[in-house]
Amino acid sequence: MYNILITVAVITGITAVLALILTWADVRIADYGERKIVINNDKELVVEGGNTLLSSLIANEIFIPSACGGKGTCGYCKCKVDSGAGPVLATELTYLSDSDMKNNVRLSCQVKVKDDMSIQIPEDLFNVKQFKGAIEIAKDITPTIKFLRIKITDGQEIDFKAGQYVQLLAPPYGDSTEEVFRAYSIASSSFEKNFIDLIIGYVDGGILTTYVHKHLSEGDKVTFNGPYGDFYLQESEVDVVLVAVGTGMAPIRSILYEMLHKKIDRNTIFFFGARTKDDLFMLDEMKMFENELPRFRFIPCLSRPREEDNWQGHVGRVNDAIFKYLEGKDSTEAYLCGSAPMIDSTVNALIDKGILKNNIFYDKFD
Amino acid sequence: MEGINPLVIFFASIFTSNMILANFLGMCSFIAVSKETKTSLGLGQAVTFVLTGTTILNYFIYHYLLVPFGLEYLRFIVFIITIAAFVQLVEMIVERYLPTLYYSLGIFLPLITVNCAILGVAIFMVIRDYNLLQSIAFGIGSGIGWMLAIVAMAGIRQKIKRAPIPKGLEGAGITLIITGMMALAFIGFSGIVNIQ
Repeated sequence: MYNILITVAVITGITAVLALILTWADVRIADYGERKIVINNDKELVVEGGNTLLSSLIANEIFIPSACGGKGTCGYCKCKVDSGAGPVLATELTYLSDSDMKNNVRLSCQVKVKDDMSIQIPEDLFNVKQFKGAIEIAKDITPTIKFLRIKITDGQEIDFKAGQYVQLLAPPYGDSTEEVFRAYSIASSSFEKNFIDLIIGYVDGGILTTYVHKHLSEGDKVTFNGPYGDFYLQESEVDVVLVAVGTGMAPIRSILYEMLHKKIDRNTIFFFGARTKDDLFMLDEMKMFENELPRFRFIPCLSRPREEDNWQGHVGRVNDAIFKYLEGKDSTEAYLCGSAPMIDSTVNALIDKGILKNNIFYDKFD
Repeated sequence: MEGINPLVIFFASIFTSNMILANFLGMCSFIAVSKETKTSLGLGQAVTFVLTGTTILNYFIYHYLLVPFGLEYLRFIVFIITIAAFVQLVEMIVERYLPTLYYSLGIFLPLITVNCAILGVAIFMVIRDYNLLQSIAFGIGSGIGWMLAIVAMAGIRQKIKRAPIPKGLEGAGITLIITGMMALAFIGFSGIVNIQ
């Protein structure tokens, strides 16, 4: 008994003393005082030194996209740091290209604010805000895809360009013990400022998709931030090719609503890929766009139609449909949204059709 | 071990009882970081510093806390806790006051926590019954020996960068083979003195 007590006492004593020393060191040695961050040579922030640049900016309500929440694993939170960042860290190297290195681009989640800093971030990011909302509509539109309408409930309005995305937060739930952000394109019209629509596919084991598909229901409260992204409809008069597969429909739907609201009359063709008829959705809306937009054409393509689908439309992948239906001009603009392999093969197909690479814009899922 | 002069222990732990080449302790960081001489030198210095610091700390904890209470069997867990806390403290100090060293070590610094050479030295110190002076000499010597081995390895690895190494042996494979060769070479010193 004596042995047990003395063992516990000694171990507790040693760990307590060490913990005290570390706490003292954390307060005294790791205290970097107040530091200044100058953004775009204009705005100045005073922050607590010693934290990462990403968390310092978030604390000041400047939201840089970060899907992994600052763990240095997504590579999204890049920003230009002109001074005060110190040398590039080994943890950043994987995500920085040669041109990033030349231009002082750093991963803001890895860089710590230990000195005064001067950074450059896109002006658009000042428009990024955190929103609180409630699920107004949650419905399955295919066996694996859910449609969400999130009403903004904190009195703010969202201002975005059709094609941009937001980051939705999954709070800790079930086996997932930490907060996780994931990016989803806004599917609603940019003229609707009180709500956003999202189209979210189920990924087996995905933290956020499981949260959305298995845990969220109408009335639940959610948090998201945005808008982000430079994928949006360019202002011009030339022909438009839209290509999407599955949930890639989201930004394209938003672009179509923008065309509808702004009465943009451009020669537009939309190739939408799915496997079977069950995987097609929003066909009524597409019909509506075909009726309302004078020169819009919707071409659904089924890659594996079943016999019972009785499918009369195009059979094959979107690439085959592009080959068959598209008359490419070098001025034509193309907007693509889907998985990386789909984007890569579609870009090649469009270039084969004579569309210039510079006129092809895409939003690639990782 | 009253008889052995601390200076003998110091040199023996560098050459004849080298932590890496005679005991094969602390291999993971040895292989991971020995790509560049500059980084290796930095890690070597850090290991030497941590080894010296923790050996002294563990000596006092062992002899003035564990032995009087008859708790010698707790030495493994206590040594590990002390090493972990000490490395964290060193990391904070290096980050604050030696930023150049901090950036060159980067994520490798916390590796020292799980470097078994550090625990090995503390255990050997107890097993061989060293006194304080002998322990300090053993700690510093082992650190310098580890640094010598890793810097030498980094030098060799830089030289063989363009060598036609079979694909399957690249990286850790060839490093282990070279370590074996270096160990064989160091056996040459073993006749001088033996502290095992």
